[in-house]
Formats: sequence, structure tokens, C-alpha cells
Amino acid sequence: MVEADHTDALNPATLARIRQMRDLYPSPRSAVLPALWAIQDELAYLPAWSLEVVATELGLLAGDVEAVSSFYSMYFNHQPGRHQIQVCRNVSCGLRGSDELLRHLENWLGVEDGGTTTDGAFTLEGTVECLGACGGAPMMQVDRFSYENLNPERAEEVLTKIRNSEPRDLD
Amino acid sequence: MDDEKVLTRHLGAPGLTTVGGYEKVGGYQGLRKAIQMGPEAIVAEVKASGLRGRGGAAFPTGTKWGFLPKDVFPRYLCVNADESEPGCFKDRVLMEEFPHQLLEGVLIAAYALQVTHAFIYIRGEYRFQRELLERAAKEAYRAGYAGKGVLGTKWDCELIVHGGAGAYICGEETALLNSLEGRRGQPRLKPPFPAVKGLYGQPTVVNNVETLSNLPYIVTEGGARYAALGTEASPGTRLFCVSGHVERPGTFEVPMGKTTFRDLLELAGGVWRGRQFKAMQPGGGSMQVLGPQHLDVPLDFKAVAEAGSSLGAGALVVMDDSTCLVDVASRLVDFYRHESCGKCVPCREGTYFESELMHRLEAGIASRAELAELSDICANMEGRCFCPLGDTATWFVMSALRMFPEEFESHCGAGRCPVRAGSEVAA
Ligand SMILES: Cc1cc2nc3c(=O)[nH]c(=O)nc-3n(C[C@H](O)[C@H](O)[C@H](O)COP(=O)(O)O)c2cc1C
Repeated sequence: MVEADHTDALNPATLARIRQMRDLYPSPRSAVLPALWAIQDELAYLPAWSLEVVATELGLLAGDVEAVSSFYSMYFNHQPGRHQIQVCRNVSCGLRGSDELLRHLENWLGVEDGGTTTDGAFTLEGTVECLGACGGAPMMQVDRFSYENLNPERAEEVLTKIRNSEPRDLD
Repeated sequence: MDDEKVLTRHLGAPGLTTVGGYEKVGGYQGLRKAIQMGPEAIVAEVKASGLRGRGGAAFPTGTKWGFLPKDVFPRYLCVNADESEPGCFKDRVLMEEFPHQLLEGVLIAAYALQVTHAFIYIRGEYRFQRELLERAAKEAYRAGYAGKGVLGTKWDCELIVHGGAGAYICGEETALLNSLEGRRGQPRLKPPFPAVKGLYGQPTVVNNVETLSNLPYIVTEGGARYAALGTEASPGTRLFCVSGHVERPGTFEVPMGKTTFRDLLELAGGVWRGRQFKAMQPGGGSMQVLGPQHLDVPLDFKAVAEAGSSLGAGALVVMDDSTCLVDVASRLVDFYRHESCGKCVPCREGTYFESELMHRLEAGIASRAELAELSDICANMEGRCFCPLGDTATWFVMSALRMFPEEFESHCGAGRCPVRAGSEVAA
């Protein structure tokens, strides 16, 4: 069977980044995680064909790449919301009300832990590792930013702002 | 406290996150001096400092470096910036506030160990911090501190910032190496230790972010001066993360050995809301619980071990008298269940049974026989797992059960959590 060539489906800059990573490491295989990140940065998730692109570029089998990507919880194999909300519920956050915070956000957004809002704006995750911001507990991370010392009202405010400023945040 | 600081001594200086701002406070002078000293003298200075690893295991850094076999090249340096221990956020602070201090420490270590590639493995969730380090590394290249012919010498050093993708286990050094090689992040059998056979099968040193951030001071001010900041048995200072039920959670750099848990608690403003102290977890999520009787124990490796716990990765989680220890234990066990890498049966299955049982206990529907079973499960995990993740998944639960047996027993058949039902829920 001839596999379709999907390299064209990626932005040339993404492909260039993958090749740059491949050449940076003493072993090309080390570029698997950076390559998957580059693709997820462009597409928001990792469609099956994209794993084949990584395999081709790094000289691996597609199954090998999938075995790696499936190990790590931050790679998505389906389209998530445009923004990812992670509510930390480990010890320090738990002691300061993170369960109540998550419950409130579930109600307010109308989704359960792991779900995506109907407008596709947010994916809510309450089963995550300790997010390393215990000094500001309870906290949530939205995309790459931490929002700390939250209560339900403040969390709503933050998310409303993000929702309202979407076009600018889409990059 | 006005004790001399090492890691946070430049706090508040303007532009610290840029090369220029860092140079203004003497930044990169340590690297210049290190290159003049030569590798052997640097290693000797680090040995004299008594510095012990800040990643959790507290292994003497100079000794670890000494394990690299002579004349085997290439060698690699991996910086452990995976910081995922529940309750720990010090490496994040060190990367956000003092990124160049870390890079200078990395370069000093790289020169001392004669490596040409230094990798900084940073957890996936720290995406913002990863980009910050990438920017800082680019600047270091431009200023001639990294890349080809560092500071006019014949030594080349690549600084590569490598992002993980969500897996606690990748903080374990051999899992980190597998992940960095582009594999599933599962631990490797030791020995061989990374110093002998690490990244790509070559001699490798893995050091924590905080460990390396101490090096610019040690090289410029001398190992003896660093050591004298603490006590003989616990030299130097350490950045502790205090969180939980305190008025002012945060990170505090304090001298080792001379400071007590009570001092740390006071730095953080004491127990919040005028409540009473109930328990604390030093070291991070993996470590054993301590009680009020331990508040005057000094932050000394041996003293804390004798109290039945560990300084681990430098955390202190404080719990007030409204806390249900069964709830806290259950939360931690859930975490380990989620993060078990699946490689060995005792950890993968053990954390599953442990957490199912904890949920029943917390809900007040477990029997006393099941509580006995919990001890049994943990006894069958501890010492039988492939790596310490599985062992540590039992430590908090078992220590809490020993210290607060009535609290666990009162949950049996109660139909609800008897502790939290009686008190207002913290919010
Ligand atoms: C399950 C597990 C998780 C770990 N996580 C980390 C971590 O996030 N950061 C870290 O520096 N060390 C972590 N360690 C310790 C490392 O294996 C290793 O001892 C450390 O990075 C060595 O650096 P140091 O000597 O400078 O402390 C972990 C160990 C285990 C068993």
C-alpha cells in the first residue's frame, strides 16, 4: 500500500522546525517530542497522518511515534477547545478550595471534567498533575498562563476576558 | 531573616531576565572564573561546598560528578527541570526570576564535566517558562557564553531546551533520559547509573535546576563560604516552598540546618485564619506526614529522617485542624495512580487498588477489614516497585495512618467523611 504524502498538509514553517530539531540533536529520534509539539502548535492536536509525517522525517515507524505520543498526556489525538483550562487539584490547591472551584467551573461552563464547551472555546481539565504554582493556590492554567489565588468569581472574570478577546488570542 | 542569600541574592535587580541585567549584578563572572580555574578545580570547589542535590535524593553533587569515567566522550549534562513533585514550585521561581543564573550554572557544570551538549528537560506544563529559557539561551549564545568557542576558548557547548509533554515520571532521571531520546518516559534499570551509561549510552550527569543555580555563587565566592551558610551536616541554603493553610504561601531561601519548620511556618505568616496547626508534609507529595511535635526539627537531612520524613524536593505543605488526612491521602494516591507509568505490576496495580480503597474510605463506606487491606496493599508495594514512584505512593498514606489512626478508623462505615462533615469546608 502506498501511503499518502502528507508533508504538504503542514505549514512549511512547521516542517522546517521539525527538520531543524532533527539536526540539532545527536540522535534524530530525540526530536520526536519537539516535532509533535511543533505540529500540535499548528493544528491544536495530532491527527494520525501527522504521526506519519514525524516518522518519515525522523526515520522511524509510524507505530513507534504513536507509541511515544500516546504515553504523554499533553498530546491530543482529537480537536480540543480553542483554550485549555487546567484546574490543579493536588494537595496544596485541594487544601484551599480547588474542588469547589472545579465544580463551579463545570456548572458555569456546562461541561464535565475533560469536556469541551459547545462553542468550542474551552476544554476543561480537572485531572492534571500538580501545576507547580502551589504558592498561589487555588489556581488554574489557561493555555500557557497561570491564574492564581482564585475564587469562583475571579475565575469567571478571567475566562470571560479570554472568551471576549478571542481573535487576538488565536495566534 | 537577614541571612545571606545565594539563589535569591539578586532578587529585585532590574532586568535580571536579560543577559545585560544579569551581567550588571556580576552575572557570568562565575563562568569566566570557572574557565580560568579549569575543570578539576571547579569539581574540587563543588565538593568543598558540600552541595547536595536539590531534586529529592540529596546526593552530593561533587561526588556524583566524580563518577564519570575518565576519558570517555562524548558526555552529556541533563538539567532536570521537570519539577512535578506536588507542593514544589521553587524551580519555576528560579527559572522565571533568575533564568541566566541557571544557565550560568549549567555552563559552569558543562565546562567542569567537559560536555558539549547540555539539555534542559522542562515539563510540558511549563510552556511559558520553556519559552523564557529558550529566549535566555538565545541571548547567552549571542553574548558568547554558549555555542561555538565559548568566551574565546576551544570549548563548544550547545544549550538545548527540551519540552516534556505531561508525565510526572519523567522527573525520574532514567525516565527523563528515555524521554529525551524520544521514547516513552519509563525508567531504566540501575545499575548502570547514568554517570556510566546515560543519554545515548554515554556518561551523563543529571542535576536539578536548584542544584545548578547554586554554582555561580560557589565558584565566585568559594565552596567553603557556601558551606558555612548552613551547618556542617547540612551545608548551604535552600529554597523552600511553603503552601497549604498558611497566611502567605511562597518560596523562602533559608540556611540549612539552622532553620526549623516552625521558622518556615512563621516566614509564611503562620497557620491561616487563626486556626490550629494539625500536620505538615515536608519534601513534597512523596514524603511522610509530620505532626506538631516536629515543628522544632531543624531543616537538616538527618534530623528530618529521624523524625520519619525527608526534605525531599524542598516543599512544606501545612494543614490546619479542619483538614481530613484521609482526603489528603486520597488525593495524593489518585495522583500516583494517574502518573504510574505502567512498567511494573506492583505500582500499576497497587496504586489502582490503593486509590479505589481510599475513595471508599473517604466516602465512609469502607469496612475495618478493608482498612487493614490498605496496609497490606502498601506493604506489597513498598520496596517491590521498579522505581521509587511506587514506593512513594505508599509513604504519605502509611505515615498518616500511623499518626492519625483514629481518623482513618472513624471513616469506616461512617457513611460520610466524619472530619469534613463537622467543619465548614475550606474555600
Ligand atoms: C518519581 C520521581 C520523580 C522525580 N522528579 C524529579 C523532578 O521533577 N525534578 C528533579 O530534579 N528530580 C526529580 N527526581 C529525582 C531525579 O531522579 C534525580 O535524582 C535528580 O534529578 C538528580 O539531581 P540532583 O542530584 O541535582 O538532585 C525524581 C525522582 C523520582 C523517583
